[in-house]
Amino acid sequence: MMRFRVAQPPALVDLRRVPGLSGLREENGHLWVGAMTRQAEIEKSGLTRRRYPLLSDAARVIADPVVRNLATVGGNVAHADPGNDLPAVMLAYGATMCAVGYPDRPAPSLSGEGSRSLPLAPEKREIEADDFFTGPFETALGEGEILTGIRIPSPSAGSGGAYAKLERKVGDYAVAAVAIQLRFHGGVIADAGVALTNVGLTAIRAEAAEGALNGSDGGDEALDRAAAAAAAAAEPMADARGSEAYKRAVVRTLTFRAASKAIARARGEAA
Amino acid sequence: MPECRGLGHSVLRKEDPRFLRGQGRYIDDITLPGMLYLDIARSPYAHAKITRIPEVGELGVPGVAAVITGKVLDQYKLAWMPTLMSDQQMVLPIDTVKYQQQEVAAVVATSRYAAADGVAALEGLIEYDPLPVVVDPHEALRPGATKVRDDKESNHIFHWEHGDRDATEKALADADVVVEQAMHLPRIHVASIETCGCVASWNPVEGHLTLYLTTQAPHAIRTVVALVTAHLGLAEHKIRVISPDIGGGFGGKVPVYPGYVIATAASVVTGKPVKWIEDRSENLAADSFARDYHMRARLGAKDGKVTALKLDTVADHGYSDAAANPSKFPAGLFHVATGSYDLEAAHVEVDGVYTNKPPGGIAYRCSFRVTEAVHAIERMVDLLARESGEDPADFRLRNFIPKDRFPYRSALGWEYDSGDYEAALTKAMDMIGYRDLRAEQAEKRARGEFMGLGISSFTEIVGAGPSKTFDILGIKMFDSAEIRIHPTGKAIARFGTKSQGQGHETTYAQIIAEELGIPPEDIAVEEGDTDTAPYGLGTYASRSTPTAGAAASIASRKIREKAKKIAAHLLEADEADLEWEQGRFFVKGSPDRGKTIQDIAFAAYTNHPQGMEAGLEAISYYDPPNLTFPFGSYICCVDIDRGTGEVSIRRFVAVDDCGVRINPMIVEGQIHGGLTMGMAPALMEEISYDADGNIHGGNFTEYLVPTAMETPKWELGETVTPSPHHPIGAKGVGESATVGAPAAIVNAVVDALWHLGVRHVEIPITPQRVWSLLDERGAALYR
Amino acid sequence: MSAHHVTITVNGEPMEREIESRLLLVHFLREELGLTGTHIGCDTTSCGACTVLLNGKPAKSCTVLAVAADGAEVTTVEGLANGELHPIQQAFMECHGLQCGFCTPGMMLTSKALIEENPDPTEAEVRWGISGNLCRCTGYVNIVEAVRQAAAAIRSEAGEEADHA
Repeated sequence: MMRFRVAQPPALVDLRRVPGLSGLREENGHLWVGAMTRQAEIEKSGLTRRRYPLLSDAARVIADPVVRNLATVGGNVAHADPGNDLPAVMLAYGATMCAVGYPDRPAPSLSGEGSRSLPLAPEKREIEADDFFTGPFETALGEGEILTGIRIPSPSAGSGGAYAKLERKVGDYAVAAVAIQLRFHGGVIADAGVALTNVGLTAIRAEAAEGALNGSDGGDEALDRAAAAAAAAAEPMADARGSEAYKRAVVRTLTFRAASKAIARARGEAA
Repeated sequence: MPECRGLGHSVLRKEDPRFLRGQGRYIDDITLPGMLYLDIARSPYAHAKITRIPEVGELGVPGVAAVITGKVLDQYKLAWMPTLMSDQQMVLPIDTVKYQQQEVAAVVATSRYAAADGVAALEGLIEYDPLPVVVDPHEALRPGATKVRDDKESNHIFHWEHGDRDATEKALADADVVVEQAMHLPRIHVASIETCGCVASWNPVEGHLTLYLTTQAPHAIRTVVALVTAHLGLAEHKIRVISPDIGGGFGGKVPVYPGYVIATAASVVTGKPVKWIEDRSENLAADSFARDYHMRARLGAKDGKVTALKLDTVADHGYSDAAANPSKFPAGLFHVATGSYDLEAAHVEVDGVYTNKPPGGIAYRCSFRVTEAVHAIERMVDLLARESGEDPADFRLRNFIPKDRFPYRSALGWEYDSGDYEAALTKAMDMIGYRDLRAEQAEKRARGEFMGLGISSFTEIVGAGPSKTFDILGIKMFDSAEIRIHPTGKAIARFGTKSQGQGHETTYAQIIAEELGIPPEDIAVEEGDTDTAPYGLGTYASRSTPTAGAAASIASRKIREKAKKIAAHLLEADEADLEWEQGRFFVKGSPDRGKTIQDIAFAAYTNHPQGMEAGLEAISYYDPPNLTFPFGSYICCVDIDRGTGEVSIRRFVAVDDCGVRINPMIVEGQIHGGLTMGMAPALMEEISYDADGNIHGGNFTEYLVPTAMETPKWELGETVTPSPHHPIGAKGVGESATVGAPAAIVNAVVDALWHLGVRHVEIPITPQRVWSLLDERGAALYR
Repeated sequence: MSAHHVTITVNGEPMEREIESRLLLVHFLREELGLTGTHIGCDTTSCGACTVLLNGKPAKSCTVLAVAADGAEVTTVEGLANGELHPIQQAFMECHGLQCGFCTPGMMLTSKALIEENPDPTEAEVRWGISGNLCRCTGYVNIVEAVRQAAAAIRSEAGEEADHA
């Protein structure tokens, strides 16, 4: 963005020295992921691989391995490029975005008036993923706010998740990708979360697909129904990655595959 | 005597230590005192009148020293430059731009960043009136089409044809089976990881220009620069072109790009060295493209025997025919299109067309349009086999030019030097287990799984070329070697070619080692400096081994002849009584009485015969008697994902015959790389334009160069059919794989879908394309 | 444009400079320090020719501001050999894992970190690990081979050291 002078910010703030923005830990029924946690850390963490395979799957397919050493989880979420992989993951998990700052004020200028008249205590806010992604490159964060971290609900027993992405090559944005998180309760699927990457102006939560999974036994027919519902929920635009029809088809296929994998994981049949 | 390690040895590369330690010296590593930086403002429009370019003072950017425009260059008659195909190309436009991202004006500044700031400011201030755009070459040929070039009658550049039209039509009319297929090989870009650039250093006191340049052909460039600037008083002996280490060429570093000329002009104007390094977006959007051939082919067979080929082509050259071909060949060596098959008749036609796109085209790791030709014939032979109800392997085996027919004169007039096509295909079939895979395919198809097998049995034509037919702007396409043996028996050898990663420093040393018995590590190899290297036409079209490699042999043999005289003198024997074994002359029947080449070298400076000149050196300008014709058979096995349309290459076996292999390790490396650059356009790479001429594929997020994940593990095999006319029987190998691979992949995908009625798929075979074929036939799955 | 005083430890040696805030790490290395072994191949963080180790991890130095590397340790290709070639360099040479040499420095540094994390990578793991670095010459076959050979050499070196300990 900056290299092609699309974005020309007057100042950049290096947050590396701000404590508490980075890290990964499970506590109080959720996984806390600091906004500045590197994607490589998520990808390589045993904790995510074991307990949060949807997140772990997604982290493996963002950009490329070298980029992931520097790129952050918070950046991928807050940049809200419809092609970014983590927004759909957060929707599927029903994650909570944690922000701090001055939601109603413009970004403070480093040298200008704003910096001197800031209230002493910045406000902390929690924003549900469903309310966070408001448009392409737009989120519910105010200009005076930063994302500090994300809370992902810890999965209960019998849960599984998966991320399925079709990319033209390593490093590419998705042609389409599907994030699914679900759990089994009394032999049927409950609390399914299904969300789609790069087939709309924002990541899309496919509620009808969730409905098709919830209450089902996770058999192929239910998955087919969910897949068709997810394809219907997609709002793709034709581009070099494919036609609208093709992208819907990919959503349909990947929904089936991601759901199959999530179910296998929930049943302990797959890693 | 130490082991010499000439031909056939995988000697580790002499050039590697500097590259491994980060001590390579590439163009952007060159910094001269007081150097300025040049950056280029480019057009957002594909066709437009420039109505305003601001003066340097209006930019208000610190560090910017000058703005160079077409009007400035025009004062020196440098606003246009000639292309290799006798067309004209703009260096900077005087009033009109002809493609998106064309150079519009240049900024010279004290730093790289200041120059970029200057360009950003400049681009914001340049004003245009957009003009109508034509991007489709077929549309460009219609009457009343938007005219691309104001100085031309129409958008039609040239018509070229070759072969016997009537005999071809007659043979096709007589055929039992004729297949016809249109196919497009889209624009692609070599995308060497190093982009292009230069450092131009004008010395006003000496009137001398030093040009450090990313060029595959330094000597030819020097001559062109001398011809283009003669009116300014610059002469060839005052121009030194230095091609430093080159980070990949593949044909993309053959042309002269406007940036080179602008930087040179800027150095003359400012009196300071000027560096220009293009970024990747500029490289992809403005440097010469490859391919863009729209072909329609017909191939006929009678009684199971392929008889005739007709090939009609529209070649999209962009706004100028800046192709890098030998001058007599506007469509390169496209007429090798009869390939590996014994045809009665053939006729090819090519019409070159102007469109609002960047000028070109170059070869993308291929010997002048050979990839296009191979694609056409290998696709058509496959189609013909299938339409004849025969397995494509069996059909090929029956229709190959038999090995006892070489040298073979093709229907289009080439004399193929040697070949054994049956051996290569048979070997490839054995390696991959062809018949077993066919059985597996049938089983899988019954289960609804689609796999395919594709063959490409290509014949290449490389090593341009014989002076009778091959020249570039009149300069014959010989190449050269100059070898000098030092008194201590070590040597330096210089060549007219220029390695871009092929390992010339090692390979050439091995040829000399073979001929003279001096170990490769004792031979320094130099290329790329026009002040020191003998004149040559450079490295492209797989010509280095066939031409300069041959020159190395011939020069070595000249040295050996003189060495023999010196040996006779030292041994007090008659020359006729001496015999040569590697590195040593000895007296016949007395193997103990001998002199090594090192002894002889010392004597050449200390004890040479009376009447003989001192020293031990030779030069050869080698004019090849014919081209060489490497060949091979590739078999590709693909699996199709019916849910996404993805094609995955499960196995790819490549049997290459490049004649004698000098350094097998390097040869295999060339084939690995070539295969990857064959796979890439088949499955991924493309530069395309929308109706307004907006580029797609103009940076590395959109131009899809494969990573290790998309690239299969190549499996290689070899047969060896030496070239009968090359001194060591070698043929050249750098490009075979790029030429041969794409058709094998396309044939495999079509094979996988044949039962659905699919007869053709255009490249790149994207998942979307495959899925559409499946979907149209109700064969897509959603699981 | 503000100026910053930075200290970046490059190949073990602390380097102090006053730099422009927008200066990229790759230009800091190439132009401020003259370490031209780190190359530039694209403008979209795609090719990886500029890969260096930033605090031990591969990073594309064309997308790191030099000020953001203040206080960090950077290893470039010039820091790989310790008199003798590093086992990775040796393996790249022996396996013919380089041709034009332009991607090689980045490729080797990525490989070094890969082997440190995974001392015995499979072919698939190597392909995955180097998929952020483009090579246009080799078709990757010999690079993969080189990384696995280097890993074996490093393992055996470590084994020997352990035996001596």
